[in-house]
Amino acid sequence: MSGRLMALWNWFDSRMPTVREQWNQHAAEYYAPKNFNFWYYFGALSGLVLVIQIVSGIFLTMNYKPDAALAFGSVEYIMRDVAGGWIIRYVHSTGASAFFVVVYLHMFRGLLYGSYKQPRELVWIFGVLIYLTLMGEAFFGYLLPWGQMSYWGAQVIVNLFGSVPFIGPDLSLWIRGDYVVSDATLNRFYALHVIAFPLVLLGLVVAHILALHDVGSNNPDGVEIKKHKDANGHPLDGIPFHPYYTVKDLAGAVAFLAIFCFVMFFVPEVGGYFLEDNNFIPADPLKTPPHIAPVWYFTPYYSILRAVPPILNSQFPGVLAMGVAVLILFFLPWLDRSPVKSIRYRGGYWKGALALFVVVFFVLGYLGTEPTTVWGQFADKWDILDTKDVATWVARVCSVLYFLFFFLMPWYTAADRVKPVPDRVTS
Amino acid sequence: MNEQGKVDKTRRTLVVATSLVGGAAGVGAVVPFVASMWPSERAKAAGAPVSEDIANLQPGELRIVEWRGKPVWVMKRTKEMLESIKQADSKVTDPQSKVSSQQPDYAKNEFRSLEPDLMVLVGVCTHLGCSPKQKSADDKAEMGADWGGGFYCPCHGSKFDLAGRVYKGSPAPINLEVPKYTLAGTTLTIGVDKESKGA
Amino acid sequence: MKALFFICALLIALPGVAAEGGYRLDKSPNDPRDLVSLQAGARTFVNYCQGCHGAQYMRFNRLTDLGLTEAQIQDYLLFSAEKVGETMKTAMPQKEAKAWFGVAPPDLSVIARSRGADWLYTYLRTFYRDPKTATGWNNAVFPNVGMPHALWTLQGERTLEATTVKDPEGHEEVQYKWSQLSPGSLTPIEYDALTRDLVNFLVYMGEPAATSRRAIGIVVLFVLGVVFIFAWLLKREYWKDVK
Repeated sequence: MSGRLMALWNWFDSRMPTVREQWNQHAAEYYAPKNFNFWYYFGALSGLVLVIQIVSGIFLTMNYKPDAALAFGSVEYIMRDVAGGWIIRYVHSTGASAFFVVVYLHMFRGLLYGSYKQPRELVWIFGVLIYLTLMGEAFFGYLLPWGQMSYWGAQVIVNLFGSVPFIGPDLSLWIRGDYVVSDATLNRFYALHVIAFPLVLLGLVVAHILALHDVGSNNPDGVEIKKHKDANGHPLDGIPFHPYYTVKDLAGAVAFLAIFCFVMFFVPEVGGYFLEDNNFIPADPLKTPPHIAPVWYFTPYYSILRAVPPILNSQFPGVLAMGVAVLILFFLPWLDRSPVKSIRYRGGYWKGALALFVVVFFVLGYLGTEPTTVWGQFADKWDILDTKDVATWVARVCSVLYFLFFFLMPWYTAADRVKPVPDRVTS
Repeated sequence: MNEQGKVDKTRRTLVVATSLVGGAAGVGAVVPFVASMWPSERAKAAGAPVSEDIANLQPGELRIVEWRGKPVWVMKRTKEMLESIKQADSKVTDPQSKVSSQQPDYAKNEFRSLEPDLMVLVGVCTHLGCSPKQKSADDKAEMGADWGGGFYCPCHGSKFDLAGRVYKGSPAPINLEVPKYTLAGTTLTIGVDKESKGA
Repeated sequence: MKALFFICALLIALPGVAAEGGYRLDKSPNDPRDLVSLQAGARTFVNYCQGCHGAQYMRFNRLTDLGLTEAQIQDYLLFSAEKVGETMKTAMPQKEAKAWFGVAPPDLSVIARSRGADWLYTYLRTFYRDPKTATGWNNAVFPNVGMPHALWTLQGERTLEATTVKDPEGHEEVQYKWSQLSPGSLTPIEYDALTRDLVNFLVYMGEPAATSRRAIGIVVLFVLGVVFIFAWLLKREYWKDVK
């Protein structure tokens, strides 16, 4: 840097004393394990998608109208009359689904390598909070195009809150701001989606990264690299995040953007999974679509909700099951009793349970996108059952397996065979 | 040390090359976002040229046509009016219409118009945007003895002649704007001229 | 892991592609790159559909995408508006339309995105005479639709006989038999071509930017490919340090 530029930097740095230290602490001298693999791209990619959504979101709000009579039309206005508007719209719709793809893979990495285990429980907790906030953000955002799916999806989910005992109906009324989902609901969901939840998301992401950097990153071997340091106090198996991981994540980001752009420019609807067909019909409070399904990223939990039959005429047990299915994630650091972090050194119980969990998650997810009749009926002699839909019974079995993955975890992780964990990272 | 130097050079080159290529791609990515802020098709349609049939526009009649949300004055000027414009030459700030932003080239003439008897002006005062009122030559009581006819802005007192030229001493600094327009037979189209296909 | 993937793929493929247990849909043969077809479709739309249906998000002057000049649009297509910059609204007032038809004819700007080309193509070709409905018309793909056969002068009048038969395994199947009551001004092949063009136009109208989208996509992927090569080389260079 030239003399003048250096002087300017020093003027700034001596008045904002933490800038240089922050750069060092979080990048140039943040020592991360050198054996990060494919699964370690997704944290940075989540951050990238967050930025993409915020930027594309800002430009959408320049032309979107949060009014029940004008919303649908304003989206088409953006698609047709605003120069480059269709690009901005597709960036945002592809980004919404991409966000969940990336976040789910990021969370799965945690399961693979025990990244939630001590001393990283708080990193995991902030992460689950981010996941919940993201689900809320996506839910509020989905109402905004004011299509049939937007409207009826919101109607169904808000009505779920109505099943809470005692306070239910008032709670739904308070959330909606009206007796049915209406312009009032649209306006408040817009406020929550555009500013309230993004601010919360940003705060949680900062907390998540600060908590991580305090204890240091995990790695595919689950080995604590801080145990072995060199003469300078740097972990032997560590490398500074900058330039090694900035440069690696850059390449990863470009590859991700290539896939992102392929979807965006060639198959933005992804067969109706990213942009649903029914959402190109303007919302009609008087006409319920024959088949209401949430967007794909919510469907595993929707399946669980649907699988639980009404008990004592209340849908609340299903709502409770759905809630527990998400909230159980918070307890993972304490449910997992294995002395070992990474799947590489765990035994058959864990590997089998995790594999089964993945299958169950996908099956539940798929079933949630379809009506319960999708796999036909059992023979008539089974009339004694409350429903003969094959899909519902599969969903019920899968829901039980989903919960057993968590509830039985303290037992099978403690009883599992483990392999000796190396002292230093292997690959 | 030499090898280290070579490695550094390779690194430097790659960093620069990647930055250039990445930067170019980045600029490309920014384009649709910046482009989205230009007037949309809806805005352009609302601001499209307006046509007016002036077949039965009477001499001395002033008609107001809305174009881009602004009032455009269309008037058939009489011989007396054209005379009064000549007489106002010494009383106006910019008699030759030297400020080129205020009229297209074909209106940079004595009467600031395509044809002398057709006046086309944007009726927005060049001071702070109020809409001036027409004051005929008879209105000498209010406008003064040597008033030949024109326009008077009630907000801060600017005066304009029948070619839209601003009088000396007015708060307004420049002449009234002459918009682009074409005349095809008796159809006046405001907003286009022969060269452009619409602003 | 691979086995998992295949199981999932199989499960997703199971239900197959079917119209919700109803009339089987024909594949629409429309070609989005055929400008002549699109122009013909635009003409059919403006002449036969816009009387009742609007396309309120479609601007007339956007039709220059189809190779038309603004003058041509003005002369041949501008029925419901005065200037080419206006949108393709319908002249039919919505309130009265609801009273006449039971439901206001829906806006067709994005109908191709919700129904799909195949559905539209089949729908437009499966109207039949039915004395029991209010309009005297019914439709095989959309039973009891409120819309009369707007193109009947072209296709003529047809009747439909639906019989349910049981195949050897006991599964029920509906068999359809079409009969021509009176001829239209077009032969069946000509009528199919007309509806193909109309569906082509509706698909275009659903997303006018589709062609640019795909073209720009190719450029973007190419550019990203180049950037990736440099980014990967840069990564490899730096990671030589790491052992």
